[in-house]
Amino acid sequence: MYPIIVFSVTGLLMLFLGLSVSKKSLLPINLVFLIIGLLSNFIDWDAPGLYFNNMVEVSNSLILVQSVVILAGILVAGLSSRLFEDAVDHPAEYYALMQFAIVGALIMVSFQNLIMLFVGLEILSVALYVLAGSDKRNLRGNEASIKYFLMGAFATGILLFGIAMFYGATGSFDINSGSSVANNLPEGKIFFWIGLIFIFIGLLFKISAAPFHFWTADVYQGSPTIFTAFMATIVKTAVIFALYRLAVYSFSFEYANWSKFLVIIIGLSMLIGNLTAVYQSNFKRILAYSSISQAGFMLLSLIGLGEQSFGNLGFYTLSYAFATISAFGVFLIVSNDQLVDGRPNENINVFNGLFKRNPDLAVILLISMLSLSGIPLTSGFWSKFFVLNDAATKGYLWILIVGIVMSAVSLYYYFKPIRATFGNTESESITVSSLAKATLYVCGAMTVLLGVAPNLFRGLF
Amino acid sequence: MLTLSLFIIPLIAGLILLNVKSKSLAGSISILISLVQIAVFGYAFSVFKGNSSLLVFDKPWLSDFAIRFHLGIDGLSIIMVGLTVVLVSLIILAVKNLNYENIPKMMGLILLTEAALIGVFSAKDIFLFYFFFELALVPVYLIANFWGGENSSKITFKMLVYTVFGSLFMLISFVLLYMRGQSADIESIKVTVSLLPNLIKQILFWGLLLAFSIKMPIFPFHTWLPDAYSKSPTPATMLLSGLLSKMGVYGLIRILLPFAPQGIEVYGEIVIVLATIGLIYGSVIAIKQNEIKRLIAYSSFAHMGLMAGAVLTLSVTGLQGAIFQMVAHGVNAVGLFYIAKIIFDKTGSRSLTTLGGMTQSAPLLTVMFMVVLLGSVALPLTNGFVGEFLMLKAVFDFNHVIGILAGLSVVFGAVYMLRFFQKTMYGPSNDTTINITDIGAKEMMVLVPIVIVVLLTGVFPNLILDISGSFVNSLGVLNK
Repeated sequence: MYPIIVFSVTGLLMLFLGLSVSKKSLLPINLVFLIIGLLSNFIDWDAPGLYFNNMVEVSNSLILVQSVVILAGILVAGLSSRLFEDAVDHPAEYYALMQFAIVGALIMVSFQNLIMLFVGLEILSVALYVLAGSDKRNLRGNEASIKYFLMGAFATGILLFGIAMFYGATGSFDINSGSSVANNLPEGKIFFWIGLIFIFIGLLFKISAAPFHFWTADVYQGSPTIFTAFMATIVKTAVIFALYRLAVYSFSFEYANWSKFLVIIIGLSMLIGNLTAVYQSNFKRILAYSSISQAGFMLLSLIGLGEQSFGNLGFYTLSYAFATISAFGVFLIVSNDQLVDGRPNENINVFNGLFKRNPDLAVILLISMLSLSGIPLTSGFWSKFFVLNDAATKGYLWILIVGIVMSAVSLYYYFKPIRATFGNTESESITVSSLAKATLYVCGAMTVLLGVAPNLFRGLF
Repeated sequence: MLTLSLFIIPLIAGLILLNVKSKSLAGSISILISLVQIAVFGYAFSVFKGNSSLLVFDKPWLSDFAIRFHLGIDGLSIIMVGLTVVLVSLIILAVKNLNYENIPKMMGLILLTEAALIGVFSAKDIFLFYFFFELALVPVYLIANFWGGENSSKITFKMLVYTVFGSLFMLISFVLLYMRGQSADIESIKVTVSLLPNLIKQILFWGLLLAFSIKMPIFPFHTWLPDAYSKSPTPATMLLSGLLSKMGVYGLIRILLPFAPQGIEVYGEIVIVLATIGLIYGSVIAIKQNEIKRLIAYSSFAHMGLMAGAVLTLSVTGLQGAIFQMVAHGVNAVGLFYIAKIIFDKTGSRSLTTLGGMTQSAPLLTVMFMVVLLGSVALPLTNGFVGEFLMLKAVFDFNHVIGILAGLSVVFGAVYMLRFFQKTMYGPSNDTTINITDIGAKEMMVLVPIVIVVLLTGVFPNLILDISGSFVNSLGVLNK
């Protein structure tokens, strides 16, 4: 609860600081704000309950998930130094928007009332529409922003319609009220079902699960890389936990019905995401399609819905955040080093010879790619293992086999950049700012550490 | 604890070496580590007969999944761990004197491979086994990629995708097994596995077989092998052919045999036929090869086929032969690839058409080469003979026709190996070979131990067969 307040205040503060403080000192201030937010998160530790007139819930598990969101924000901020100092005119605004986006994500993770879900999603989305188009001189960025806005607004509309139907069926916005229609006759449940389907569609759209994924690749490619990383991790985390809360509290008594459809969506996401990624040569598009398949894997925990599923999902999002942010981080550094027509080179060949140019970056990229493809002894293996095991215990064996085969397919495109790093090149070595270096080291080290001892984090749930 | 230290020492040393810059320092560290490993292994071997608890390390890893970090050493493991420790030491000695850039990093990666291999050969938990099985490939992949020549990234990538694809089927089988039995311990799965429904048993058999047969490889999954062996740098090739391919055979014996005995009884014949096809096919192609690394690669593929066939006969002789041959082939393959590398460094050529007459200027090399080569063609009193004889007998007992066809491979083996020897060492010298120098003490330090092992285990096969015998007899799933 406290970080919601902290970030609302520091976000506004940041806007004013942008007028008076020099560009260089904004990043340290931003990091301090984020760390204060992260620490304030733990004030509520062991004090579970409902706050703000039953609007948000606080519990230890939710605090851990919210910490994942804030941590992702810190890591992204750690990578942002060069970008903001050089390229952007008013960095304070973007820092402020990132903090507002985090507020939205925090609300979505812990909402107790569907109105809060809507408010959280809007705070998150509106901030991201702006961030996606923050590179005003880039045509693709403008396209991405407009596309994201139109599609996102449409999805929000569908979600809102679903919430209205839910209210109509139950007479309440509280997420626990879903079960009150459990005993109704089938004819009476029709509004509830429309509401359920529309809420699911709206949120699946945001998490870019197939077949609602069409906006993903263009938006990921067009947005500035740093915000793509932000989008990929924070939006996914917030939305999947919003879905999880709905699945557990509002819709669980209809599990047998909707899980059949959801599992098809999961299979589609894995197939479309992985098979399309194979044909991409733009690194950001590869990660965009990979994020579609990762969304499929995350949704598996909704199929599992067991005692451990929440912890498994938390572990998944943390592991995904480390791997994705380090992949985008390495890419950000390398692509800004090699300009094509005055713009960063986004093709896979930007990694050519990276192992000779900067072996540290190459190793971090290797770890991150291994983790995303789910190779053992990286956290990515365990995260996939946990969610697949969850789904398989519910009897969906075929999704287990699809998941494992698709992991094998994903190796192909995750290893494209790795292969490139071993190529020969005449280019000079790359220097990295110490803050970005530290951030990447943390991501790499944590990926391996969680791969060896997953229960360090998962055991906390 | 001893097993754990065998695993931990190279792991830590490998990670340290990755950050060492000086070549001589890296060389001394890695040789020191090799000596320590040999000493620890010697101690482990001395307590092994007493069934000491020193060899077991068992700690819970993921307690709510009953996955344990469980290492232990039995009769099969001690042979394979010994082979790993000795061969890695020899490879390190060999690499120290080769002209590669960035030797410290290469040494580090070799030691990391050793750690993973020891993990594979001593894991008592299926998930642990799977992890190390996958992990062993990563450092070798990096060596092959970074030190390989043109096109190496494409070729090693093929190998990587092939083998990871295979191991994913192993993962599917393991997850299935685990979900049915709620245990990940190899020993307890052995007990419960016969209660599974038939469908699961079949999935298990084919899934595991696919994983191991890609790793070895067995025909028709061998297409990654010739390029990967011949285009990778020699250290990677030595690791791949000497040790990583043995993980496949080890997996057959350790996992497939106790987990899917009915599957082997029903479908074993198909696999033995495939293995025999591979054996003859590999030998015939080896006869036609002019590139020496490719020749050894195909001969290696042929030998692996026979090992797979022998294991699947489910007989004591077959298993004994296969275990013995794992050691023999590991030593011989490392020796042959090292000799090929020496020849290439001295002459700049790997082609049989341009080589010849080296014996006049390099008599010592000729002698060493001859002994390793005879081991490889299975001449009596060398190590190759014992393994091949036992394996062929097992295959012959299983089915006379297949046995006779498999026996042809001995003839083919003599043809391609002696042709290899004749075209490099004998005949008139030419421009490429006239000015070479003989091998010196540095090369002898690697080759002499290999020659000693070739002869010693050839004359006293019971040094190994006694140890493996007690293990094979304890398996309890064999026909005779």
